[in-house]
Amino acid sequence: MHEVVQAIILGVLVGGIYALMASGLTLVFGIMKVINVAQGALVILAAYLSYALFSHLHIDPFLSILIVTPAMFVLGVAVQLVFVRSLRGPDGSELSLLVTWALALGIEGVLSVIFKTNFRVTSPSYGDNSWSILGYQISEVRLFAFASSAVLLLLLSLLLTRTRFGRAVRATVQNPTAATLLGVDANRVQTLSFGLGVSMAAAAGAVYGVIYPFNPGSHYDLISRLLSIVVLGGLGSLGGAVFAALGMGVIEALVAVEISPVWSSFSFFVVLIAFLLVRPQGIFGVRERVL
Amino acid sequence: MSRATAAGLARGAAFAAAAIAFPFVFNAAWIVNIGVLTLMYAALATAWNLFSGYTGYITLGQAAFFGLGAYTLGIVFEHVGIGSGYNPFYALPLVGAGIAIASVPVAWIALRTRHMTFAIVTLTLLFIVQQLAFNLRSLTKGSSGLMLPTPSFPISSYDTPFYLAMLAILLAGLALCWLILRSKLGLMLLAIREDEEKARGLGIRVTGAKLIAWSLMVWLSAMVGGVWAYYLTFIYPESSVDPLVMIGAVLMTFLGGRGTLWGPTIGALVLVPAQQYMITKLGASQLYLVGYSAVFMVVLLLLPRGILPSLRSAIDKQRERRRTHREPIVREEARA
Amino acid sequence: MSAALLEIEGLTKRFGGVTAVSDCSFAVPEGTVTALVGPNGSGKTTAFNLITGYMRADAGTIRFAGASVRRPNPVSLARHGLTRTFQQARVFPELTLVQNMVAALQQPWRAALQRAVRKHERTRALELLEEFGLARLAGERAGNLSYGQKKLLEFAAVLMADPRLVLLDEPTAGVNPLLVEQIEQRIRDLNARGLTFLLVEHNMNLVMRLSDPVVVLDHGTKLAEGKPDEVRNDPRVLDAYLGG
Repeated sequence: MHEVVQAIILGVLVGGIYALMASGLTLVFGIMKVINVAQGALVILAAYLSYALFSHLHIDPFLSILIVTPAMFVLGVAVQLVFVRSLRGPDGSELSLLVTWALALGIEGVLSVIFKTNFRVTSPSYGDNSWSILGYQISEVRLFAFASSAVLLLLLSLLLTRTRFGRAVRATVQNPTAATLLGVDANRVQTLSFGLGVSMAAAAGAVYGVIYPFNPGSHYDLISRLLSIVVLGGLGSLGGAVFAALGMGVIEALVAVEISPVWSSFSFFVVLIAFLLVRPQGIFGVRERVL
Repeated sequence: MSRATAAGLARGAAFAAAAIAFPFVFNAAWIVNIGVLTLMYAALATAWNLFSGYTGYITLGQAAFFGLGAYTLGIVFEHVGIGSGYNPFYALPLVGAGIAIASVPVAWIALRTRHMTFAIVTLTLLFIVQQLAFNLRSLTKGSSGLMLPTPSFPISSYDTPFYLAMLAILLAGLALCWLILRSKLGLMLLAIREDEEKARGLGIRVTGAKLIAWSLMVWLSAMVGGVWAYYLTFIYPESSVDPLVMIGAVLMTFLGGRGTLWGPTIGALVLVPAQQYMITKLGASQLYLVGYSAVFMVVLLLLPRGILPSLRSAIDKQRERRRTHREPIVREEARA
Repeated sequence: MSAALLEIEGLTKRFGGVTAVSDCSFAVPEGTVTALVGPNGSGKTTAFNLITGYMRADAGTIRFAGASVRRPNPVSLARHGLTRTFQQARVFPELTLVQNMVAALQQPWRAALQRAVRKHERTRALELLEEFGLARLAGERAGNLSYGQKKLLEFAAVLMADPRLVLLDEPTAGVNPLLVEQIEQRIRDLNARGLTFLLVEHNMNLVMRLSDPVVVLDHGTKLAEGKPDEVRNDPRVLDAYLGG
């Protein structure tokens, strides 16, 4: 029992970080029907940036979120303008899968050239500290990572519900045509949201590098999880993504202690497939209106 | 036989003859090696196109079936023994068929979802297979890799049997595509690609048609994986379930032209030699990844329809210009 | 009036808090041109989508040709003779008109590897296209047609498989008066040959000329049902249309 509770705590902490990464992915899909397969590579890129800031300038990885996030926002806007915007037409969203995949390969290549392919981890002095609460071990960095993810998700939801920009975004998600008619500048909303989605990846990447060792090829593992999360949550549903991410974290952690760590991510894919059998649209997804 | 049919057969026969003669004319090992890889990608791209090009459902999981084919052949070698020399090649269609049948239930689940979800689910399939390759150690030897027996071909022409085997799969793939494109099944698939909901309303059995195209894609991909494993005699999870291999095949299909017959093959003929050149020039280093993604971007953004369709529409335009008196096709009418 | 070909009972569909179709019951007698009318947003198209299996109903039963349809599914319904057109004409734009027609033929699996368009199929397609005045465009890409021509093509294509009941979703919306007349004539001819229709239509004059019986929906429920004259003079119907 103790083991199970410990696993659930661990799963929730990890799930929170995945939730942050996945929120950017699902937000972008909701607005422009584009799946950014490069999200994983962008997380890794941010992890490297934060790693470099830490090892060269001794900037605390959690503090580096404040630097990495705006920088990657700019990058995201640039990517949208250069690569994604031109993909219009009926095949647009499927072509975007491939274009962003190519982007992921490019990022992987550049990172491998600069940083080589050995694994790194950002390890601040408090990296190994942990607290013991009621007999449960809670690692300090994981709690910080979870807390910063939670704060950022909260900020994102405030941005979406309380600001003019947020209203424009939500209007675009629900009905792009109507939103345009109401004076929403669709291009601007799309570009900014793409940047926002990438900044979520950036923030998550900075904390990811503290918890897990990473190399340029780590994005494959990441993106497969992230995509499964957004599909399970229902493409375009922010709440669904958060819910699915926490669920995934818990399932993986439980399988790791009960069966074996090597089967933990496998188990999640199986859950995904089994779930789609019952609900093809995901947890909070809506069935596509076909008519 | 109609003129179009005759021309199609002639083109196919000419390609087959030239491709068979190639390794006997240019018999240097490194050339035949590039030939094997070119045909491998051409076959994979043709298989990808057979499903994704014709139905419009993009799958990102093809490498899973390539890897399953590779591992299944390796495991069968280890536990059953399928002889040496050419014999393993003859077992491949069965191995492929087994994998294709096993993949149908998963495809059926995945095909119930939207296009984007489908693409993502097939991608997760790729990672599932890779995980299985890592974790089922008793069968796959995990990350230390699986050794296959070295075939007893003469050193001087060692690559040629593999070349011919890849060619056989490619020709089988092309023949299937040709048959499908001119058949009622092809018409069903085109209808699905154009407007699946409408196709359903007309009583077209969309699920069945998609599953047939899917199983053929899996069958071909698994066979290619099998030949590849036998060729390398050593396989491990990262190399046999490699997203890069599949992305290569997709890129070639896009370059040559999705939904066409020869597009994927043309794409492979252009890109694989170029890719091999890049690898020798840049080393297998990661700079090669950057170049690869740059080519991919350029193709997708500048030539999204591919070489063949672009050529075809250019020719059509030329012809149209020659026709001086063109009758207006569409009578304008008011839309209330 | 003869027996009902299609019977709807207690059909209900809710979207979140909104009830689009609420406990709706009506019948389409065999051999009639039945019309489903009502103000905008009264649930006509939703009812169509429920009947043809494009949406899952929350409650209600559907009987077609005497058999109860448990889980309506567009493919099997079409293959049993219940087929439909769409409000926004839907054709396969990259296929030629003949291919569009032949694609609608509902082939058995054993024909899957036969030539896409066989000679007798082309002949049949051309005959029908001729009836609809589209024969001279037979080899054209369907995407090149005008909107009205697409509507005609869609209508013609669903006839290829010899259906028993055709659901027409606003067959004349956005079509010029000349084509409206042609579509009306086609419906009359086909109906005279025994084909049953259920149509959603906004053009009231057309409905009054063509249909019997007429079913009026309002807020997802049936308001009235009967002969065109009865319905036209029903005060509740006038209320629904004028009172809003």
